[in-house]
Amino acid sequence: MRIDVIKTLKRLAAVALLAPTLAFSAEVALNLDKAPVSRDPVALQNGAKLFVNYCLNCHSASFVRYNTLEQIGLDEQQIRDNLLFTGERVGDLMKIAMRPAESKVWFGTAPPDLALVARQRASGYGSGADWLYTYLRQFYRDPERPSGFNNVVFENVGMPHVFWELQGDQIAHVTENPDGTKNYRLELAKPGKLSPEAYDKAVADLVSFMVWMAEPVAAKRETIGMYVLIFLAGLFVLTYALKKNYWKDIH
Amino acid sequence: MTTKSQALLNWIDERFPLTATWKAHLSEYYAPKNFNFWYFFGSLALLVLVIQIVTGIFLVMHYKPDGTLNDAGISIAFASVEYIMREVPGGWLIRYLHSTGASAFFVVVYLHMFRGLLYGSYRKPRELLWILGTLIFLVLMAEAFMGYLLPWGQMSYWGAQVIINLFSAIPFIGPDLALIIRGDFVVSDATLNRFFSLHVIAVPLVLIALVFAHIVALHEVGSNNPDGVEIKKKKDANGIPLDGIPFHPYYTVKDIVGVVGFLFFFSAVVFFAPEFGGYFLEYNNFIPADPLKTPPHIAPVWYFTPFYSVLRAVTYPLFGIDAKFWGVVAMGASVVIIAFLPWLDRSPVKSIRYRGPIFKAALVIFVISFFVLGYLGVLAPTPGRTLAAQIFSVLYFAFFLLMPWYSKIDKCKPEPERVNFK
Repeated sequence: MRIDVIKTLKRLAAVALLAPTLAFSAEVALNLDKAPVSRDPVALQNGAKLFVNYCLNCHSASFVRYNTLEQIGLDEQQIRDNLLFTGERVGDLMKIAMRPAESKVWFGTAPPDLALVARQRASGYGSGADWLYTYLRQFYRDPERPSGFNNVVFENVGMPHVFWELQGDQIAHVTENPDGTKNYRLELAKPGKLSPEAYDKAVADLVSFMVWMAEPVAAKRETIGMYVLIFLAGLFVLTYALKKNYWKDIH
Repeated sequence: MTTKSQALLNWIDERFPLTATWKAHLSEYYAPKNFNFWYFFGSLALLVLVIQIVTGIFLVMHYKPDGTLNDAGISIAFASVEYIMREVPGGWLIRYLHSTGASAFFVVVYLHMFRGLLYGSYRKPRELLWILGTLIFLVLMAEAFMGYLLPWGQMSYWGAQVIINLFSAIPFIGPDLALIIRGDFVVSDATLNRFFSLHVIAVPLVLIALVFAHIVALHEVGSNNPDGVEIKKKKDANGIPLDGIPFHPYYTVKDIVGVVGFLFFFSAVVFFAPEFGGYFLEYNNFIPADPLKTPPHIAPVWYFTPFYSVLRAVTYPLFGIDAKFWGVVAMGASVVIIAFLPWLDRSPVKSIRYRGPIFKAALVIFVISFFVLGYLGVLAPTPGRTLAAQIFSVLYFAFFLLMPWYSKIDKCKPEPERVNFK
């Protein structure tokens, strides 16, 4: 009987630990595409290029120094030649000239700092990368919006579609479900400079860079973690043997 | 031992009870030999306390409790945490150890408390030991709550806002009390600074003092064990309990195994899942605090959610006082009632091994209630969930309040004379 109680409790504990993963289904559902996040330096460098060219004008990444990009395989000269445009120094933080108080007036809300966006946007529906990957690919034409674009993931978003030239114009076919939620089917009405596949790849690179930027130490953390776990596993065997040896005279 | 070191030891012993203390609390402190898995969590709680203090010391060297904004429009407190994560050498590790340590503290303490329920560790003569433990739990909650404000993210900010507002529900003194706690009319830089002070100085001092008293009380009465029988009743000719073994070396070497096993799982979280799916570090807390933008759903960290559910379960006013106040009372009672267990339990036996089916069923229902309340506390309330929280809150309290009755009528098995040890 005692054993049964413990077993039951263990099972209940297991169920209860898993249950919260289902918790989000009751809220407004987000359908997110799985982001193909990469740690390949080529992808990260391409992402960095896109980020600095397209994002780092309105958005800052104020915790990231340009020279941290040496961690994704760029050298100081490459950073200087390709990523610094307005006299920043290579050890500077990725800040912008626009002041938050002013941009708030211009856009309705100040463009958020993006250093941590890949961690902020995580939810029960997917990782922050999934959110970004879906968001950046689901802008559609909406003449009602000041920028001419709306977004499936972020309705009535203040941000214009900065990649419209690359992606082209998508139009949305919206159907309403009986429960009031909407279904969107996007159609590429006017192709952009990039094919849909190439655009997806570019966004994937950008998102990979943002994931890297949110926690540059992540890869190192996991590498160290492997050694730590191997060490502790070995130490466990030794300490267990020590305990066994000490306890052999206890009856 | 060489004569020189013996001489030094004698010199010390004549001035400070070093050898006597060592003997009384380690080498000649007798613990039951039949401790099982559940008895690891006391020493592990002490380990986590040390981890939190040491990592905390290093975090304070770089953290800045400043709610004002820097030139990028981000509060200095929030930015200083990211500075620790990115620019302080090893800072990310120190920070993740501390943030994971907070959750690990509650995991370990909850398991430690559950052990007490399983084996009746709160029963006579360990009532004071149990009350000290309950106080430690209360102080730990205060410590965790105040620490959670410091990263100054959205959940830090709004979680504190919600919880401090609870105090304003107390009749007459409430609004002023909330004002004193915040130091301002909303959670602000003043709140951040006083919480910082309390989190790093005041509450840890109280916590360490209580932990010390908890161990002093434990060593006075001696440990309970999985059979719930007192080993001091059967002693040999030298006055040593027959079923007791010296804490050192037997339990020091055994606890080291527990420590290494614990560190394995702890490190797995620190190095591979420091956010733990948004439960140890909430995703919204990576957004800097914004007093003008209330998040749609404010959830406390997981270790508070069972009690938070009890709070939200109370939805009707009583005696002309707001339901919120009674919710606060219920939440407080749900923690404080734990301290009364020694007097609620009327069973002739201590351990679950010899308890009857009613207590076993009650304990299972209690554990289920605790988990369900914890689960509901994570979610936004709906009418159905509120009803569920009400039912399970009643079950939670029933475990305690009906105990004098059901523990007495339960059909127990006879306790053995000596402990079982295989």
